[in-house]
Amino acid sequence: MAHFNRGNRPLSPHIQIYRPQITSVTSILTRVTGNALIVATILIVWWFLAAAKGPEAFARADWVLTSWFGNLVLFLSLWALWYHTLAGIRHLIWDTGRGLELKTAEMLGWAVIGGSAVLTVLTVLVV
Amino acid sequence: MVELTLPKNSVIRTGKTWPKPAGATNVREFRIYRWDPDSGETPRVDSYFVDLDTCGPMVLDALIKIKNEIDPTLTFRRSCREGICGSCAMNIDGTNTLACTRGMDEIRGVVKIYPLPHMPVVKDLVPDLTHFYAQHASVMPWLETETNEPVKEWRQSPEDRRKLDGLYECIMCASCSTACPSYWWNGDKYLGPAALLHAYRWIIDSRDEATGDRLDQLEDPFKLYRCHTIMNCTKTCPKGLNPAKAIAEIKKMMVERAI
Repeated sequence: MAHFNRGNRPLSPHIQIYRPQITSVTSILTRVTGNALIVATILIVWWFLAAAKGPEAFARADWVLTSWFGNLVLFLSLWALWYHTLAGIRHLIWDTGRGLELKTAEMLGWAVIGGSAVLTVLTVLVV
Repeated sequence: MVELTLPKNSVIRTGKTWPKPAGATNVREFRIYRWDPDSGETPRVDSYFVDLDTCGPMVLDALIKIKNEIDPTLTFRRSCREGICGSCAMNIDGTNTLACTRGMDEIRGVVKIYPLPHMPVVKDLVPDLTHFYAQHASVMPWLETETNEPVKEWRQSPEDRRKLDGLYECIMCASCSTACPSYWWNGDKYLGPAALLHAYRWIIDSRDEATGDRLDQLEDPFKLYRCHTIMNCTKTCPKGLNPAKAIAEIKKMMVERAI
């Protein structure tokens, strides 16, 4: 809150020294995955647009998206999608006033991490 | 606004290493944030060594011992030394708590101590809480009534009284609010967990007659809704209270009265 500070008072350290908590890490990951999914969506839309445009455009887009790097990005996006979905469900539970006891909230955090990993692997195996 | 780095005048230097106590065998190292307003220098972290064989068990015991025996300029707030005044709230071993109720045996390795995070520092471990207290006052933390005063007292059923449990115990130590990333980035407008817990304490008080006004006042994109359920508040509360749940209940009441 430097903006209402007076004189030359320093700002005490914050994110540099605060120990990460399971609830805080899963919270920021919700935002990170949400933003990453915007990029992933643009990539997919580019793929579809290229397919609609013609064989050359599609070949170019398809080459990028099915390269090892494209595969990696899409694999991580798949995880991001599952993570963001599960984290969203957690928020819906919280909005009803439930699951806010510390133990439950921490368990839900681990469930989102574990669940998203399992569902990602399952999706890859099935599709 | 999110600013991940510290301003230039707040960047921390390595400070002084104070001499170890002679002849002591059971020594614990403390690294403590120091800032002297009169020096014109940036903050630093000093190292102290405390003989645990001649020291009480709590972090506050060690701080007092350092001040008494090693460095009298070390500055911190303390009063009750039993977790009821909230004065000695600080960041110990990465989370906010009261120095008087945090045992040294709960911490592994070097004990790192900083002032409450993201606050203007007055000196060493003393943060400026002016704004924090002003936010508390803004939620009208008192009984608001319209009906005539009863002859004896404002009565309340035991069930209604129980709704205040887990809320009235707050000692306003500011550990929760200064643990909250939303409060770090938007503390000028977001009320933070402590003030909101107090707001809820009066909202659900059966004797209070200003519930609607109280909710109206919180209906704001920043004051209430900057809470994203990060839950650092609940995790760090030295009194074991749950501000995150209190805030969720206020949000619920907002929805309930709108539909």
